[in-house]
Amino acid sequence: MNKNMKILIVDDFSTMRRIIKNLLRDLGFTNTQEADDGNTALPMLQSGNFDFLVTDWNMPGMTGIDLLKAVRADPNLVKLPVLMVTAESKREQIIEAAQAGVNGYVVKPFTAVTLEEKISKIFERVGS
Amino acid sequence: MDNDERLMLAKQLVEHLEAGNEAEATHVSSLLTEGVESKLFLEVGRLTRELHEAINEFLLDPRINEMAQVEIPDASERLTYVITMTEKSANTTLGAVEAGLPLADDLGVKARAISEQWERFCNRELSVDDFRELSRELGGFLALTTERSKQLHGHLTEVLMAQDFQDLTGQIIRQVITLVHDVEDKLVQLVRISGSKLPEKQKDAKKLEGPVIPGIDQGDTVSGQDDVDDLLSSLGF
Repeated sequence: MNKNMKILIVDDFSTMRRIIKNLLRDLGFTNTQEADDGNTALPMLQSGNFDFLVTDWNMPGMTGIDLLKAVRADPNLVKLPVLMVTAESKREQIIEAAQAGVNGYVVKPFTAVTLEEKISKIFERVGS
Repeated sequence: MDNDERLMLAKQLVEHLEAGNEAEATHVSSLLTEGVESKLFLEVGRLTRELHEAINEFLLDPRINEMAQVEIPDASERLTYVITMTEKSANTTLGAVEAGLPLADDLGVKARAISEQWERFCNRELSVDDFRELSRELGGFLALTTERSKQLHGHLTEVLMAQDFQDLTGQIIRQVITLVHDVEDKLVQLVRISGSKLPEKQKDAKKLEGPVIPGIDQGDTVSGQDDVDDLLSSLGF
């Protein structure tokens, strides 16, 4: 796994972005940027050569699921690995995210171990 | 009016109708229904008065006014303050942790470098010059450790102090819970006055529910990350 990969963290709460950023740094990923909702994130993704997207679901403006759908609809981003980190835990929502093409789904509250596990699983699958 | 009277009136009514006396017939028929109508009017009147009194009582209840004008706006303020406090605490904690982590890392890196030299010293592999260098490094490291542990202690104390929000927000939230209970009681009263039945409660399937809260029906939710993993793997992930 390339530890220099460029990661975008999208969450409307700055504290959650900081937590994820710190956890990622602990895992060796230091090349991270942040956005506070889908509307801010999408143009960054379209012009920024990101290798990985970590997004919340419930955000004002554009939600995470809409961001995911927009990413999958964009020919340049269609293969971008996306990890959803969210408090939304209804089965039908998880299924909706899966059908929209999410690569991993972590429910809040989560642990550092879970985050690491999901990230390595995603890149194992993407790499193979 | 007893039965005989009514029978008499009924007979008169038939007679008038057969004779074609419109005016007389109307008069007799109104006499016949008078009792029934006045009873109905009385009953409607009583119900109206009761409803009116109940609504008035409800409107005059000082609690309602107080809740609507003071306590509910206050509650919004209070809850906003809870968000502010928890956010501030999270930021303080994160700041202290972010400041502390490199200090701990720094100590670890330096200790590892010195322990390599130390091992060589124990194996009698160090020259006198190397040993002098090692002693100098050790002295520096001990001074650094003293300094860093003081700094780490400071940051950990910051984290400790940042937890004071729990007590304060707990008190505020408890006040709001009491208010919510009161409002609930009044609403139930209102529904009872209006006499209507509560429709079956419905949940909006599309609505985002946020975190799972024990004791609240939020639909078909997973119980944790393991459940999510199981669900996803059943979908072929």
